[in-house]
Amino acid sequence: MALIEAAGVHVRFGDRVVLESIDLAVPEGEFHGLMGPNGAGKTTFFNVLTGRVKPSRGKVRLDGKDVTGLSSHRIAAHGVARSFQIMTLFDEFSARENVTVGLPAFRARGFDMRHAAASDPGFAESALEILATVGLADKADVRAKDLSYGDRRALEIAVALAQSPRVLCLDEPTSGLGSDGVQRLAALVGRLKGKLTIVAIEHDMEFLFALADRISVIHWGQVVARGTPQELQQNEWVRRSNLGRFA
Amino acid sequence: MTITPPPSSDATRLVTPAMLVLWLVLATVPLWIAKVGLYPYLGIEILIWSLYALAFNLVLGTAGLPSFGHGAYFGIGAYAFGLCQFNVVANLWVCLVAAFAVAGLAGALVALFISHRRGIYYAFMTIAFGQIFWTLAIKSHGITGGEDGLLKIARLPADFGVASFNLNDNVAFYYFVLVLFALAVMAMWRLTHSPYGRVVAAIKQSETRAAHLGYNVWIYKASIFTLSAAISGLAGGLFAMAQLAAFPDVMSLHQSGYVVMMTLVGGGLVSFWGPVVGVFVFLIARDVIGALTNAWMLYFGLLFIAIVLFRPEGIAGAVSAAFQKHSLIRRQGNSAMRLLFGGERWR
Ligand SMILES: Nc1ncnc2c1ncn2[C@@H]1O[C@H](COP(=O)(O)OP(=O)(O)OP(=O)(O)O)[C@@H](O)[C@H]1O
Ligand SMILES: [Mg+2]
Repeated sequence: MALIEAAGVHVRFGDRVVLESIDLAVPEGEFHGLMGPNGAGKTTFFNVLTGRVKPSRGKVRLDGKDVTGLSSHRIAAHGVARSFQIMTLFDEFSARENVTVGLPAFRARGFDMRHAAASDPGFAESALEILATVGLADKADVRAKDLSYGDRRALEIAVALAQSPRVLCLDEPTSGLGSDGVQRLAALVGRLKGKLTIVAIEHDMEFLFALADRISVIHWGQVVARGTPQELQQNEWVRRSNLGRFA
Repeated sequence: MTITPPPSSDATRLVTPAMLVLWLVLATVPLWIAKVGLYPYLGIEILIWSLYALAFNLVLGTAGLPSFGHGAYFGIGAYAFGLCQFNVVANLWVCLVAAFAVAGLAGALVALFISHRRGIYYAFMTIAFGQIFWTLAIKSHGITGGEDGLLKIARLPADFGVASFNLNDNVAFYYFVLVLFALAVMAMWRLTHSPYGRVVAAIKQSETRAAHLGYNVWIYKASIFTLSAAISGLAGGLFAMAQLAAFPDVMSLHQSGYVVMMTLVGGGLVSFWGPVVGVFVFLIARDVIGALTNAWMLYFGLLFIAIVLFRPEGIAGAVSAAFQKHSLIRRQGNSAMRLLFGGERWR
């Protein structure tokens, strides 16, 4: 059974149909890539998966359980984490604090007004461990807004990892990175692969084709092609979107 | 690269060195205030407004929510204190709890309607609700005394079972307010450094991220607003004791604006103590400049504009920046403006 599944997801903003009907079933442990032209509705689809946008039709299931239309904090609590295409960090917080707030243990104490957050060293330690996995251990005390662009991209992922999610949705994680940055990120995401279920939107096809188990191509609000990277190399949609460079 | 200060031990303390110094200084005020040409009642006003401004800043500074009708809760606390002593029981503790609880209830009611909003929409709705409460206070002549105010409110004695203190004297009342102020400061300091306070601060920076990390943003926004309203109400209850009456004018938009000005001028957006600094400057300016010219508000208004434009971090921020060569509190664009119009909060 698929861990996360979308069936017939349809999204309309006003009279503009953005997603016609999307089906996707990602089994546990799979790395599933999503690609498609600008404005195809990839981010909107993530918004549906993570509860930010309610679909006009269709269903989202997590581990067989219907979670369609649940608010984002509910879906997050069910173990779905995401990173953002437009970086969405707590800019005034240090890297460590950004990650700390993401920890489920911290969330469980979210209404604790009587104790000082800093008096529990457990939070800082867990946060540091996660920062180490993305290579930010030595920048734990730097404010998020003072980090370099590449480090901010890494922190985006660290905050999502802090949730110890079952499903990790990455929205263009390499966006804006130079080739060094992309390599560093590919190495990081490569280490995560297999440990959790990943759905990643990416324009960088070298990145995606190297990492993904399967890829879905979204166009005109539908999945127009789906398969393993090998299968897709022959696909006309993928060829048209300039894959030829890598094949 | 800017390094945030290591989680200073102050964050884990219940009482910080700064608090001790402040309380010690405040404790000496009745000894010298008359000698510098001021009067003990001003000390009472400063403490009560400081409590109010700190409570207000839980919403404005900690949560980043622009509330421009906060006078309503201060006023409701004042009326609740008076009405409790007239109609329920003339006991100081019961009536202070009533001021806290009734204002909190009013805050919770408003929070129900506004907590899904942000930015300018949020600001407008707080103003609208503030105006409603103000109008109710004026029109309900039979209950509140309308524009004449609710008069003859007594400073009930502080009864501790073993001993009871008469608070009619301004110096005795000053010390009573100081003790409550100190306790409230400890509570608010701890609150802002608790996991709850950190989550609220995170929500201020990105509601989106917080929601996707599993936080119910609405509940946090509603609860911090309610708490802030309740503590503002407590300050209002003390104000009713100070004035021996409760008047609707503190609930007006105009007076709600004062607490915003005090907080921004003092530096509430970057510093816990900013609101207190702002209250000192505001009330002392009112008395000192006000003694020289009727137009003191004009000068204060100019100071306000200058600060919002050039020193958005306020006096507290500017002072601490001056003390630290490598300023930790950097200019954050126009944070006052950004709060209202900027960032994702406006969308
Ligand atoms: N909340 C919204 N209201 C109205 N239109 C929206 C909304 N969100 C997205 N859209 C529109 O839906 C379309 C798809 O947007 P989306 O961001 O999902 O595309 P995308 O595939 O992620 O594109 P990109 O590759 O540029 O990130 C766009 O035309 C966008 O303008
Ligand atoms: Mg997108």
